[in-house]
Amino acid sequence: MTVLARLDAVTRRFGEVLAVDDVTLDIHSGSILGLLGPNGAGKSTVLTMLQGLRRPSSGTVSLFGGSPGDYRTRQKLGCTPQETALPPTLRVGEVIDFVGRHFEHPLTTAAVADEFGLGEVLKRQTGALSGGQKRRLSVALAFVGQPRLVLLDEPTTGLDVDARRTLWDAVRRQHDRGATVVVTSHYLEEIEALAERVVVMAHGRVIADDTVSAVINQVSLRQVRLVTEHPDRVSGLPGVVARETGDDGATTFYATDSDRLIEELVRSGIPFAGLTVRGATLEEAFLTLTGATDAAASSTQIAQKEMHR
Amino acid sequence: MSTLTPTPAGTAPGTPTRRPTLGSRTGILALTLLHARIILLETFRIPAALIGSLVFPGLSLLFFVVPQRAIADNPEFATQAVIALSVFALMSNSLFSFGLNIAANREQPWDPYLRTLPVPGVSRVLGQICSTGLMGLASILPVIAIGALFTAAEASVLGVLAGIVALGISALPFMFIGISIGYSMSSKAAIAVVQIVMFGLAFAGGLFLPPYLFADWLDTLSKFLPSRQAREFVIWAVQGGELEPWVWIGILAWTAATFALALLLFRRDEGRRYR
Repeated sequence: MTVLARLDAVTRRFGEVLAVDDVTLDIHSGSILGLLGPNGAGKSTVLTMLQGLRRPSSGTVSLFGGSPGDYRTRQKLGCTPQETALPPTLRVGEVIDFVGRHFEHPLTTAAVADEFGLGEVLKRQTGALSGGQKRRLSVALAFVGQPRLVLLDEPTTGLDVDARRTLWDAVRRQHDRGATVVVTSHYLEEIEALAERVVVMAHGRVIADDTVSAVINQVSLRQVRLVTEHPDRVSGLPGVVARETGDDGATTFYATDSDRLIEELVRSGIPFAGLTVRGATLEEAFLTLTGATDAAASSTQIAQKEMHR
Repeated sequence: MSTLTPTPAGTAPGTPTRRPTLGSRTGILALTLLHARIILLETFRIPAALIGSLVFPGLSLLFFVVPQRAIADNPEFATQAVIALSVFALMSNSLFSFGLNIAANREQPWDPYLRTLPVPGVSRVLGQICSTGLMGLASILPVIAIGALFTAAEASVLGVLAGIVALGISALPFMFIGISIGYSMSSKAAIAVVQIVMFGLAFAGGLFLPPYLFADWLDTLSKFLPSRQAREFVIWAVQGGELEPWVWIGILAWTAATFALALLLFRRDEGRRYR
């Protein structure tokens, strides 16, 4: 496995905002790497630095051993435009052909169209495409140049389930043909469907870097919220990893298995009221887990996060 | 499903286009031509946009100069009128194509995507200049044709060639003004500002009315404008005679000043976009 791209102690500021905070990351050939995290976690900033669109405030970003800012380095890189950005008066075939001509060994326009289900609309202007077709064209453009590394930023956000699966299938086929893919998403489902390795980002930092199954086990937390006089006793029940006390007197407990927790709660006879259960968001789950060894610390983290909102 | 085989051509079926033969397949020259071609293709897809830049200068000559036989039948005045409207054609093309394209591109996320492709910035800038130059050339052809057919305008072949070179040189300040407008405002504001700048420079620069009809104060003011300087410069290139220092000093000064402004705004825009 060779390293295709590397971020070494990379920090990127936008004025006062710290978008990426001391991130070190290797992207190895042959895998699909999922970059998971809530909006504003710094995923897109990492991608734009790999694309050469932005420079890090400190640290180094290298692509194929060179600088992403040099256009020759990007010969083996594939990126997607936002689907709203496609030039509306150009035909689908013209756009694919135009992009292909930047690369030494492009796929034929017909092959690209076939692979991404665009054969029917090659002659159509991109402004006349449906949302799903535009998205497929945008993703297809990343593969036209037969790149070694492909960066996909939120490739299926806003698509319906069928369109999403079609696109995932196409991406997986391209990966099987040898492309290394980095895909950002804030959907765990998308990462689960595509990726082998997951890097989770929150607040500009990498907070987990593991296999998909390991991360899924970590993040499938549930929130159990209730009012009780004895929060410490509830915390002692099996499966509780963290807790957070709200202003209204209710306490939120984060548990790996909420059903089991409630069974145990009822059996223990601890008095409680106002029980609600819901899934924790990825961000909540991760912020909780990073401080799971110390429930109090994790509560502070969550409180701080709430204050930032 | 078809197998994905790389082809050196990478051409779409049904879009027969010739590969640039100079330089390597993805060399700077090939990429420049590629970008010039796609800009022209996009421009031609909205035919209404072409009318202003391609047809208007020719029509102006036909409606405002040809019926005035005092000018049209005088070889010297007729030639100057043709030159003035050629300068106008190139000026409006430069202002519109740079001003509006850049302003629109800054609002479209397509531009950042293009910057992820393996293409040097110089190819993209040269592509824009080539396409503008071609459009400018296309817009002066009707002016020259109408001038040759319906007026007494005359010039040697060498004079016409020298005139086209001079047009290209004197168009530089207009390109840089267009770039500055494009980087300093939204595309909607740019449309209005480009038109005001264009008509202001055209009228006060003696492109619509010859400067000998100007009041003294307007004539003096006019000599400080790049449009007037361009007019005199091209007339000198075509008809010969003496080149007054204020013409070439003015063109140099405007080129340097507008280039500096364009560069400043370009850099500021990079900073702003990256925030």
